Amino acid sequence: MSGVRYAMVVDTRTCVGCAACVIGCKTENGVADSYARDWVYTETAGTFPNLSMTVRSERCNHCEDAPCISVCPTGASYYGPGGTVQVNQAKCSGCKACIAACPYGARFIDPNVGAIDKCTFCVHRVENGTPTTSCQEICPTQSIYFGDLNDPDSEVSRLLAKREHYVLMPEAGTKPRHFYLK
Amino acid sequence: MNEITTTRANHLIDPVMGVWHGEVALYLFLGGLVAGIMVLAGLAMLGKPATERSRAASLMLWAAPVLISVGMFFLWLDLEHPFNAYRFYLVLRASSPMSWGAWILLLIYPVSILLAWVMTPDDVRAHWRQRLSFMPQFDAITEWAERNVRALAILNIVAGVALGIYTGVLLGTMAARPLWNSAVLGPLFLVSGLSTGAAFMLLYRLKDAERVQLGVLDMGFIVAELALLALWFIGMASGGAAARGALAVFFGGPYTAAFWTLVVALGLLAPLAGEWIEHRHGTVPGRVTPILVLIGGFALRWILVYAGQYAGLAEVAMR
Amino acid sequence: MKRREFIRAGSYGVAGAALLGGVSSNWYGLYGNPLPDPQSDGDQVIPSFCELCFWKCGILAHVKDGRVIKIKGNPKDPLSQGQLCPRGAGGTGLLYDPDRLKKPLVRVNKRGDQTFEEVSWETALDEVAENFERIKATHGASALALFLHGFGAGWMRHLFRAYGSPNIAAPSYAQCRGPREVGFDLTFGSGIGSPEITDMGNSRCIVLIGSHLGENMHNTQVQDFAAAIRNNADIIVVDPRYSVAASKARYWLPIKPGTDTALLLAWMNVIIGEGLYDRDYIDRYAYGFDQLREHVKPYTPEWAYPRTSIEPELIRRTARVLAAARPASLVHPGRHVTWYGNDTQRSRAIAILNALLGSWGRRGGFYIPSRMSLPPYRYPGYEPADGEAADRPAPSDYPLADEALAQGLCEATIPGVRGDPKIKAWMVYGSNLPTTLPNPEQTYQAIQELDFLVTVDVLPAEIVGWSDVVLPEATYLERCDELRVASYRQPFIGVRQEVVPPMYDSKPGWWIAKELGNRLGLADFFPWKDSMEYAKLRLSMAWLDCDVLQRDGVILGEPSPLYFDEGAVPEFWTDSGKIELYSQRLAGHGFDPMPVYHDDELEEPPPGYYRLLFGRAPTHTFGRTTNNRLLSEVYAENAVWVSREVARKWGLEDGERVYLQNQDGVRSSFTAPVKVTSRIRPDCVYIVHGYGRKPKQLRFAHGKGIDDNELITRYKVDPIMGGTGMNVNFVTFIRASDVTPEVATDVAAREEVEA
Ligand SMILES: Nc1nc2c(c(=O)[nH]1)N[C@H]1C(S)=C(S)[C@@H](COP(=O)(O)OP(=O)(O)OC[C@H]3O[C@@H](n4cnc5c(=O)[nH]c(N)nc54)[C@H](O)[C@@H]3O)O[C@H]1N2
Ligand SMILES: Nc1nc2c(c(=O)[nH]1)N[C@H]1C(S)=C(S)[C@@H](COP(=O)(O)OP(=O)(O)OC[C@H]3O[C@@H](n4cnc5c(=O)[nH]c(N)nc54)[C@H](O)[C@@H]3O)O[C@H]1N2
Ligand code: SF4
Ligand code: SF4
Ligand code: SF4
Ligand code: SF4
Ligand code: SF4
Ligand SMILES: [Mo]
Repeated sequence: MSGVRYAMVVDTRTCVGCAACVIGCKTENGVADSYARDWVYTETAGTFPNLSMTVRSERCNHCEDAPCISVCPTGASYYGPGGTVQVNQAKCSGCKACIAACPYGARFIDPNVGAIDKCTFCVHRVENGTPTTSCQEICPTQSIYFGDLNDPDSEVSRLLAKREHYVLMPEAGTKPRHFYLK
Repeated sequence: MNEITTTRANHLIDPVMGVWHGEVALYLFLGGLVAGIMVLAGLAMLGKPATERSRAASLMLWAAPVLISVGMFFLWLDLEHPFNAYRFYLVLRASSPMSWGAWILLLIYPVSILLAWVMTPDDVRAHWRQRLSFMPQFDAITEWAERNVRALAILNIVAGVALGIYTGVLLGTMAARPLWNSAVLGPLFLVSGLSTGAAFMLLYRLKDAERVQLGVLDMGFIVAELALLALWFIGMASGGAAARGALAVFFGGPYTAAFWTLVVALGLLAPLAGEWIEHRHGTVPGRVTPILVLIGGFALRWILVYAGQYAGLAEVAMR
Repeated sequence: MKRREFIRAGSYGVAGAALLGGVSSNWYGLYGNPLPDPQSDGDQVIPSFCELCFWKCGILAHVKDGRVIKIKGNPKDPLSQGQLCPRGAGGTGLLYDPDRLKKPLVRVNKRGDQTFEEVSWETALDEVAENFERIKATHGASALALFLHGFGAGWMRHLFRAYGSPNIAAPSYAQCRGPREVGFDLTFGSGIGSPEITDMGNSRCIVLIGSHLGENMHNTQVQDFAAAIRNNADIIVVDPRYSVAASKARYWLPIKPGTDTALLLAWMNVIIGEGLYDRDYIDRYAYGFDQLREHVKPYTPEWAYPRTSIEPELIRRTARVLAAARPASLVHPGRHVTWYGNDTQRSRAIAILNALLGSWGRRGGFYIPSRMSLPPYRYPGYEPADGEAADRPAPSDYPLADEALAQGLCEATIPGVRGDPKIKAWMVYGSNLPTTLPNPEQTYQAIQELDFLVTVDVLPAEIVGWSDVVLPEATYLERCDELRVASYRQPFIGVRQEVVPPMYDSKPGWWIAKELGNRLGLADFFPWKDSMEYAKLRLSMAWLDCDVLQRDGVILGEPSPLYFDEGAVPEFWTDSGKIELYSQRLAGHGFDPMPVYHDDELEEPPPGYYRLLFGRAPTHTFGRTTNNRLLSEVYAENAVWVSREVARKWGLEDGERVYLQNQDGVRSSFTAPVKVTSRIRPDCVYIVHGYGRKPKQLRFAHGKGIDDNELITRYKVDPIMGGTGMNVNFVTFIRASDVTPEVATDVAAREEVEA
């Protein structure tokens, strides 16, 4: 794919699961009360005292093959700038097919609008000269990286080139644009 | 077993997805039912001449536009933004079963109404023709329909099959929901639709000959449905971990009892047995078995709608 | 006409839309996709600093149409560096908390039953002044005690000093950092302070004793901790619980609670025994090494093993890892260290270990903070305090305490505890004593004995319900405050400005203090018009421009060398002028001059009971944020961490609700869900502090989760400085389902009284 390909990378080594990214997103994006576009996931493996724990901040993966878009009957869900996955609430009927189609539980109905809301990769910032997403900006451990996969010199490209990483549920075949560093 | 926590608590997805409820189940049920009626009516029309048809049978197809409207109303109720529903009809999105469905639903009306009109008993038609005589187009349409009755019958069969399959495909294409995600769901819902369609007809005053014929047909449908259920299960059992995890909802999982009693026992095996006994003893099918079939048909959609949401990829992975 | 059809279509839903079935694409511009834009940037962006906790990060508040929309970090601020912890980002949840104190209140009924009448500020302040004057007249100013916490408290401290009371105490000393400050001061001649002078960002090895960084969210500390992880520093976490920090560590030592000193001594034993310590550093700067060498000889890893349950091999290996990284290896001093009543000695052990590693004054260890001075405002000198401080039975008790003891002032209020009560009235500013001082029953008892209690707060906290007069302060976003002069890697001055005008009838702390001052005949101590005028004047005395400060939020000072080898002067303000491995001061007072592990000190839990440990949730600051609806979306209530083993024994299900009951039969007022986890030892349970709020006026937080403090009926006082060790209580489970109606009702009853 040509042009800009936005992607997000979260470093699970440094993420402490503090949820500043959650609050930072909610206030930046006016997310409805008791809903969140991003969230903290932890998984503890092993038995006491031989334990390991993964901590990471999750959100919409802005999948390259986004089932949420293909099932959308109204075209409200679409590929936006830099290959991000966006929703035009004015077109959304609230049929919720996309919620059912998303393997990651990234979408929800904004009760104030009756239409889909989800992570936008902060295109209102990154497309208008602010290089960071809000969750990235606030993160006290600076565990969130954002940039252009098509630019080999971007921080995300360099990190993915040199560090072990994974995406969530690759078996879902959605080609996430959201990566996690081991 | 790993210890998992998440701070996400979004209504409708957490802890278990609940985006679709009874409205959708009812819509899927009625959709299948209408599909069944249309196909059977179409076949009847291609089959024997009108003289052999009971009055009930001749009026039956009118149920299609009525029931589909009821179904669509419930679907509309399920929308979070009902006033944006017109958006369905500003585009046709090839990749979206729901988009196809929206357009198919539109097709149902002209096709079923025209054929229903042609099938309607002459006395009724005469009455309406002279009442509507003030608009000549009406006669024109009637004559056109009578001339193309075979085409209409075939159209009804085609639209019916499309509708029936679509109600299954709507769920079947959701890769994120391993329980739904199966090519079998389309045919399964179609056959179940035909079966409920037949059962629906059997509720009315049909000629014995018609009843017997529908009874036999329905046995066929039920057997086919059982076969498709088996296929669906085998598909999941031989599928990946997620599919197997999803299948578990019917084997020890929360939907085990409901599924095996309501859908399989009550909705399929019981009526099959009933119809078979009636057939053996040459008695005319009564109204008990059809009711069971209808209950089973609805239960199938109801349970599938909920179980499918319960068994998402992520959820299954976590359990 | 088509338009009309559309509108109709819209409103007829599907039916109407059906009419338009055939409509083909691209009419009416209905197909454009404008970028989603929340428009949340303020039309005004005002720098200030945060007060959701006590770290004071620089913020940028975005104001739009008079509302604070969002709060970001101020990139110019050395502490936030443009980043915030969740609490700082959620400040609007406090500003717009519907349950805030809105008007001054005066109690009309008996104490604690929460019946107040709203009054004017005039009336409220007059009432306070009259009572102060009356009590000063009869008992002297020393009968007035001030409890305080938070940055705004400076004004009240000033007021009390001027009024002549020596009894000013912050629970953030004897219930928090105290033992650490004393332990390090005894060793290096200066304390750790806040922000801690730890140089984690450059450390190559970090030991955390407790110190659950990542849950403890002091912003810059967490930033530095993350930097250390990025630099592949070896992290060793000593904690009975698998904290988030432990999950980032190379070594997790699940130590038996209360035995850290044994581990620290064993580490010294290995590091000295194997000659791994920093010889020149010790030779050059340390006093008493030979005594220490002899002292730690018996404390072998084998000796420590049965006490700490940490394998000798693991103790040796970690000691070597620690030493290998020196001097860039840091044994973190922690912050909340009031655990077992022998905490000054544990802090001493930590300090001594750091000395052996030569980490004080070295990159990656402890840096020497850069200071900048700002001339104080010229007031008439404070009156010499009238009377002795009342926080200790006798001046000879807790001889090394360098601040007043909050629990001491509380005890001095109750007849009998110390003969005649010396304290008759309290002013409480930003400190929720019933959830903060151990043994709340004692706190309530003291309150009942008071002639007068005035509270300055922003929310209807527990303490508010017991007050005679309640003064609603404006939140940090609605007020100017004292200037912040910070010693740090680079010193700076920070300013807190009014981002939006005070809501309701709330007033800034400076105004409250000034108004009270005027009424108490202390007008000379409040000559300025407002805090901004005060700030401007102080800045002008240092030739600093207030406009710049207000524009940027901070003014940076001159950095000075942070490390000895870069020019920082190695000065140690101890008696010997050296790093005291052997403390003459302690010896002089009859305490162990070097840390000793006393086997009899640690009490074991009775059968069926588990040691109650407590800590922090990243999104909350004690109870001050549990009613913050924005922050509470993430963790609305706390859970009781129970090990799998214990859960199995009790048949406790994950998520099952329980009451906790302690060794003295005190049962929590509310329930919390059990978190069955592998992440904790079987001899203890863990809950986050700040939940189980009693006041019904806290409509969100009320009744959610369990308050650890209720169960802390016992505490062990540190003989050296009077810190209250609070990890000495044991709890057992009572299934919510087993609680009989009577119990339920008497719980409710207690809640009534206490709320
Ligand atoms: N999010 C957030 N951050 C905060 C605060 C807040 O309220 N919220 N408060 C701030 C303040 S004022 C302070 S003082 C600090 C307090 O934060 P810390 O200084 O980190 O407090 P601790 O008591 O060390 O942290 C509790 C940890 O110590 C462990 N622990 C308990 N007993 C023992 C023991 O006997 N030995 C060992 N080795 N570990 C033990 C517990 O399991 C828990 O993981 O946090 C500051 N940061
Ligand atoms: N059981 C138990 N006890 C503890 C601890 C524990 O973990 N468990 N932690 C200990 C530690 S480390 C510390 S530092 C102390 C801290 O304990 P406290 O000194 O009590 O500090 P907070 O709990 O933050 O005090 C919060 C009070 O200040 C009010 N407040 C918030 N903002 C403002 C403001 O801008 N102005 C005014 N006037 N009031 C405001 C809040 O509404 C609340 O009533 O507690 C100690 N006590
Ligand atoms: S803010 Fe950063 S550290 Fe905190 S949870 Fe989000 S990503 Fe992790
Ligand atoms: S994560 Fe879900 S919502 Fe986001 S793009 Fe992928 S499928 Fe769509
Ligand atoms: S809910 Fe909205 S966005 Fe999602 S599929 Fe339906 S119309 Fe498209
Ligand atoms: S990228 Fe923007 S929208 Fe997405 S989670 Fe982060 S802050 Fe929220
Ligand atoms: S650490 Fe968090 S709460 Fe404390 S001052 Fe900084 S931002 Fe505010
Ligand atoms: Mo503290």
